[in-house]
Amino acid sequence: MRVHAKRAGALLGASLVSGQAMADWTLNMAPGVTGTSNEIYDLHMTILWICVVIGIAVFGVMFWSIFAHRKSKGYKAAHFHEHTSVEVLWTIIPFVILVVMAIPATATLVDMYDSAEADIDIKITGYQWRWKYDYIDDEFGFFSNTTTPQDQIYNRLDKGENYLLEVDNPMVIPVGKKIRFLVTASDVIHSWWVPAFGVKKDAIPGFVNETWTRVDEPGIYRGQCTELCGRLHGFMPVVVKAVPQEEYDEWKAEQVANAERERELTEKDWNLDELMERGESVYASNCAACHQADGSGAPPAFPALKGSAIATEDLEAHLDVVVNGVSGTSMQAFGEQLSEVDLAAVITFERNAWGNDTGEMVTPKDVFDYKNRE
Amino acid sequence: MSAVIDTHAQDHHHGPAKGFSRWLLTTNHKDIGSMYLIFSFAMFLLGGSMAMVIRAELFQPGLQIVEPEFFNQMTTMHGLIMVFGAVMPAFVGLANWMIPLMIGAPDMALPRMNNWSFWLLPCAFLILVSTLFMEGGAPNFGWTFYAPLSTTYGPPSTTFFIFAVHIMGVSSIMGAINVIATILNLRAPGMTLMKMPLFVWTWLITAFLLIAVMPVLAGVVTMMLMDINFGTSFFNAAGGGDPVLFQHVFWFFGHPEVYIMILPAFGAVSEIIPAFSRKRLFGYASMVYAVGAIALLSFVVWAHHMFTVGIPIAGQLFFMYATMLIAVPTGVKVFNWVATMFRGSLSFEAPMLFSVAFVILFTIGGFSGLMLAIAPADFQYHDTYFVVAHFHYVLVPGAIFGIFASAYYWLPKWTGHMYDETLAQTHFWLSFVGMNLAFFPMHFLGLAGMPRRIPDYALQFADFNMVSSIGAFMFGASQLLFLFIVVKCVRGGEKAPAKPWEGSEGLEWTIPSPAPYHTFSTPPEIK
Repeated sequence: MRVHAKRAGALLGASLVSGQAMADWTLNMAPGVTGTSNEIYDLHMTILWICVVIGIAVFGVMFWSIFAHRKSKGYKAAHFHEHTSVEVLWTIIPFVILVVMAIPATATLVDMYDSAEADIDIKITGYQWRWKYDYIDDEFGFFSNTTTPQDQIYNRLDKGENYLLEVDNPMVIPVGKKIRFLVTASDVIHSWWVPAFGVKKDAIPGFVNETWTRVDEPGIYRGQCTELCGRLHGFMPVVVKAVPQEEYDEWKAEQVANAERERELTEKDWNLDELMERGESVYASNCAACHQADGSGAPPAFPALKGSAIATEDLEAHLDVVVNGVSGTSMQAFGEQLSEVDLAAVITFERNAWGNDTGEMVTPKDVFDYKNRE
Repeated sequence: MSAVIDTHAQDHHHGPAKGFSRWLLTTNHKDIGSMYLIFSFAMFLLGGSMAMVIRAELFQPGLQIVEPEFFNQMTTMHGLIMVFGAVMPAFVGLANWMIPLMIGAPDMALPRMNNWSFWLLPCAFLILVSTLFMEGGAPNFGWTFYAPLSTTYGPPSTTFFIFAVHIMGVSSIMGAINVIATILNLRAPGMTLMKMPLFVWTWLITAFLLIAVMPVLAGVVTMMLMDINFGTSFFNAAGGGDPVLFQHVFWFFGHPEVYIMILPAFGAVSEIIPAFSRKRLFGYASMVYAVGAIALLSFVVWAHHMFTVGIPIAGQLFFMYATMLIAVPTGVKVFNWVATMFRGSLSFEAPMLFSVAFVILFTIGGFSGLMLAIAPADFQYHDTYFVVAHFHYVLVPGAIFGIFASAYYWLPKWTGHMYDETLAQTHFWLSFVGMNLAFFPMHFLGLAGMPRRIPDYALQFADFNMVSSIGAFMFGASQLLFLFIVVKCVRGGEKAPAKPWEGSEGLEWTIPSPAPYHTFSTPPEIK
């Protein structure tokens, strides 16, 4: 009941301020849109009020002394300096309060750990600095990159309403279904957080963490990576779109078809212009954050590609760097992250853009053969 | 033993040497204490100026002043310098100055080691700060340096950082051994353990914490060193290692570490509040037991920093309960301080102002700590500005205000002059307002969903960030006033009597002000 009342309140509040960004002077946690987040909100409010009451009592006595028991008012100090029963009492009372507090906290925790029997499983993988969502039951997946333009970040353009909290491909989930998240990472530790769901789980390389949610209200929910993961830690937002089941089914069918088409593309005969065109967009969303859009990089951490030996000389070495990464540096292994088509396109692009005109073309089949030869 | 005591006959012609060699070669606890305090204040200003860079960048959304790489270096270096360079050395400085005076000892038990443990510190921080000028920049992975961000993905300067941490660790361990040896061996006849001033008690327990956990820190950075330079895979999942192991080992050091930074402040405040209440400390014995209980519990709560890493539910429950339990002894301490003030005869000179603010604001930090202990709620608070607010509330008005209170309380004893009370109270009020303005809004930011360690933020966080930055600038600038007050006090001022505070008690007030270069060559008698 309380949950519904709160939700109605939240909805009412949202409709009142609709049209403008979220209230700027927010003081408190929001109740959220899942059972878990509402339970957390209740725990938060309970413990907050307990602290407020204790604070008023303790500071009340203290302020009374500060105002009344002053030397300047001629107050003479008393001589007591211990009182066993009082001391025992103020050890026991806090203990009892803590026990009272621990009971609902334990119940909520047990609930949150029940990640069995989900309707949909989504694997979340953290990369520097984007998320990948794999719908493992339906064999498709995609990266979710921030879309906030550099011009907004560097104050050359006005900032949009969802500044830093917007992505190209949000995760899409149906409302009312139990979604299990399998959370991991490919490089460093990240943490996947959507405040409105009350879900925060670290994404750790070599581990698969489980958590779950069930969202009742359709809507777009935003969060961020919450574990320092390097340079662009502040720029890897999480966006989840909760939609009605029918809409989800349509979206899913489209994604499955897309994935099928991608697989067919590998077979297709590509020419240089097609690969360059595709490569440019692959480069923009995967490489430009470090190597920059004009290939100039940010040495020494991120070498330039423009005119570099890697991008103009031995092709095998170029394939090796992109497919396997460079261990001990920020250069990731893209072999598993990108399709053969995208790998071929981006390598072709890098070998022919910015005056690197080698004229060489790498086909998806070349990449496929290279991977199998290893 | 008698050979040592017999030297007191020559005391009058055994003053400090002249020039720089006095400071380089000194084995005098007062000289070394002063050097620790000066060093720590220099580090406080350096770490503080990094905080100013952070707050300037966060003044408005967007990137204006620094790039994200440099921002991460600033947050990392700010944390490391404040923890290891400012707070810990300040307390060691206070220990050096005050423990021998409080227990009636002629000096620290191991004076040459004392010299060595101080002079290691400038070396360690020279190395640490020099990383800012290295190719690839300074450490940029946060003061908690989680692997694999700090190992596989760390900058080349990480190895220098590890070396600096090793040196700091050696220095801390030697300092701790010295404190323990002094307290256990050099107390004046008649001063039983349960007659020791609370500052001495809290330092004794802190020293044991240091000896217990600094080797653990050394262990974890050594494992990093091996991973980075010698091909091991302690923390590298691809090589069969475990990134979470890093966090377990780090926080096994890290949680006791936060008590290392606060227990001596508990002790100092327990000296100052009775002095300005003109009334004995309420519940001395329970204060000692509470500090002991907090220290013991600090070893079994480390994973509350890791509620989101995916530890099993039994682990979550254990660490949640253990953490909540810390509220009990901490509560006892707060109640005792309030009971000490209750029906006292209070006056509010600068040391008392800082101590009262300490009790109030540290308690607020304790409340947010209790909230963070609730594991399910921690899923929302974790790694947000709520956590930043929490630990700054326990460290700034906790540790730092404790240090300011101690400095004003004992400055007359150190310098022989009274400090300027009006300026000191101005310093207090500016610090108090600035600090609350800087850190209280961070609670709201965290609850609204702002993650920590980000150089740029979404628009709904803009207003409170601006308020917070203004408060931080105010707090930062007012520390220059403190520098001025101390310099002024050292150079002159009203002559301080042996016991400048009406209600203060303890052996340190039985010797003249300033304290002579050698004190208690003949131990005093404790009734």
